[in-house]
Amino acid sequence: MIQAFFFYLFAAITIASAVMVISARNPVHSVLFLILAFVNAAGLFMLAGAEFLALILIVVYVGAVAVLFLFVVMMLDVDFTELRQGFLQYLPVGMLVGVIFLAELIAVVGAWVIAPTVVGSTASPIPDMDQVSNIEAIGRLLYTRYVFFFQAAGMVLLVAMIGAIVLTLRHKANVKRQNIAVQVARTRVTSIEVRHVEPGKGL
Amino acid sequence: MIWSDYIWPVVVIAAQSVLLLVVLLVLVAYLLYADRKIWAAVQIRRGPNVVGPFGLFQSFADLLKFVLKEPVIPSGASKSLFLLAPLVTCTLALLAWVVVPVADGWVVADINVGILFIFAISSLMVYGIIIGGWASNSKYPFLSALRSAAQMVSYEVSIGFVIITVLLCAGSLNLSAIVLSQSDGLADMIGLPWLTFLNWYWLPLFPMFVIFFISALAETNRPPFDLVEAESELVAGFMVEYGSTPYMMFMLGEYVAIVTMCALTTILFMGGWLPPLDIPPFNWIPGVIWFTAKTCLVFFFIAMAKAMVPRYRYDQLMRLGWKVFLPISLAMVVIVAGVLQVTGWAA
Repeated sequence: MIQAFFFYLFAAITIASAVMVISARNPVHSVLFLILAFVNAAGLFMLAGAEFLALILIVVYVGAVAVLFLFVVMMLDVDFTELRQGFLQYLPVGMLVGVIFLAELIAVVGAWVIAPTVVGSTASPIPDMDQVSNIEAIGRLLYTRYVFFFQAAGMVLLVAMIGAIVLTLRHKANVKRQNIAVQVARTRVTSIEVRHVEPGKGL
Repeated sequence: MIWSDYIWPVVVIAAQSVLLLVVLLVLVAYLLYADRKIWAAVQIRRGPNVVGPFGLFQSFADLLKFVLKEPVIPSGASKSLFLLAPLVTCTLALLAWVVVPVADGWVVADINVGILFIFAISSLMVYGIIIGGWASNSKYPFLSALRSAAQMVSYEVSIGFVIITVLLCAGSLNLSAIVLSQSDGLADMIGLPWLTFLNWYWLPLFPMFVIFFISALAETNRPPFDLVEAESELVAGFMVEYGSTPYMMFMLGEYVAIVTMCALTTILFMGGWLPPLDIPPFNWIPGVIWFTAKTCLVFFFIAMAKAMVPRYRYDQLMRLGWKVFLPISLAMVVIVAGVLQVTGWAA
């Protein structure tokens, strides 16, 4: 009973805030509603007994990704009434993407209903809950059976990171940078020269 | 049925939470006082000494002053977000304490991902600052919010890796289990089991202990990393437009977050509630007193760092986080995992 209550609570807030993400006038408010949606999705994970995934969702998406979203959106100076003018023009494309996405979701969920044996072939047998915790079960699966996919995902992220750096890296010629090693290696001998100055003459 | 299943546990949890909050807030009031007194002593001043004997009631007088003042909301500010920001800071800071074990079994929620919960909460703390800085609709708070977003995200990375090394040694994400995993170790190996303080992780993981302490300073915006407030450049950072109760909630949230970091240092590296020597009279003292004493000790170091160290420059702060701490902590994760695997000490 109480689980059902919290499920409907989290689900309702998730959907409501997801709607607000696309309908809020202010982009910063949109990102904040996105964060609310993330937190409530984490609540749904928690209800499903996946406490590790729930907290990772908060740490990664809310704590890092959404901060950077907010960071960018706050610094953008965009006139949003202007952006909304093309709304009807882009509506068909948006509808098409939405319909394809919905169809794919139905296909994925439908597989469970139409062919129950599919579940057996995708899910890997893990020990019962009383033997290992969630985290241990995920770790065993991720680092044994799916280790190559895991590594490949890491490589994809690495390539994306290098790509972002390459795109934004600019070497400026006249920028003086602090070289800490050089500063620390400086001694009195290398930096000070004592000159004997004759009175009334100067150097 | 409903009474024993739902209502009674909620009543018990509420009572425990209220007790914890009252003790925590009184402790924070006196740590604030201690912070000012330590800072004053280093600078050969007297510090707060007027309200009550030795100024002991100063924090409560400040509380009354903040609460009785009129809150001012700047025109052009986003009103709801402006008031939401201090609430977020304060609530999140207090929320972290729900999983902190102050003694054996003395914890409101003994969840098995406790450390991850605290890490998640501390990564959310940045929102109070960003929202407050943006909603003020003013230049200095906005600059401060941008700075803090970059700073806190950077140092979270190295804190995460430090926590991973401790987790590798402890073999659990439960905070009580992490403390209990420090009840045997080096002291038993050298044949002096009563020297229990040698068992704690500060000794085998000493570089991580140092990195964690410094990153905790940066994560909670304490000097020498208080670039968020930096009064010489940004007036008072994201708090410029805040006054009275909203300001107090920011400040309270900040100090509670600092105490949380002290408690986390105690749990991860200093054996939590375990006594430092397993001989009388040390092991007669209850665990909660040891926990409080260790937390206060870490806070003393944080207060001393504030008094002694000049503020970092922003590029140096970023260099320290990304070019020094991140490679070291990443290498230590690999080294610790390798050592545990080779020696077979892994839990």
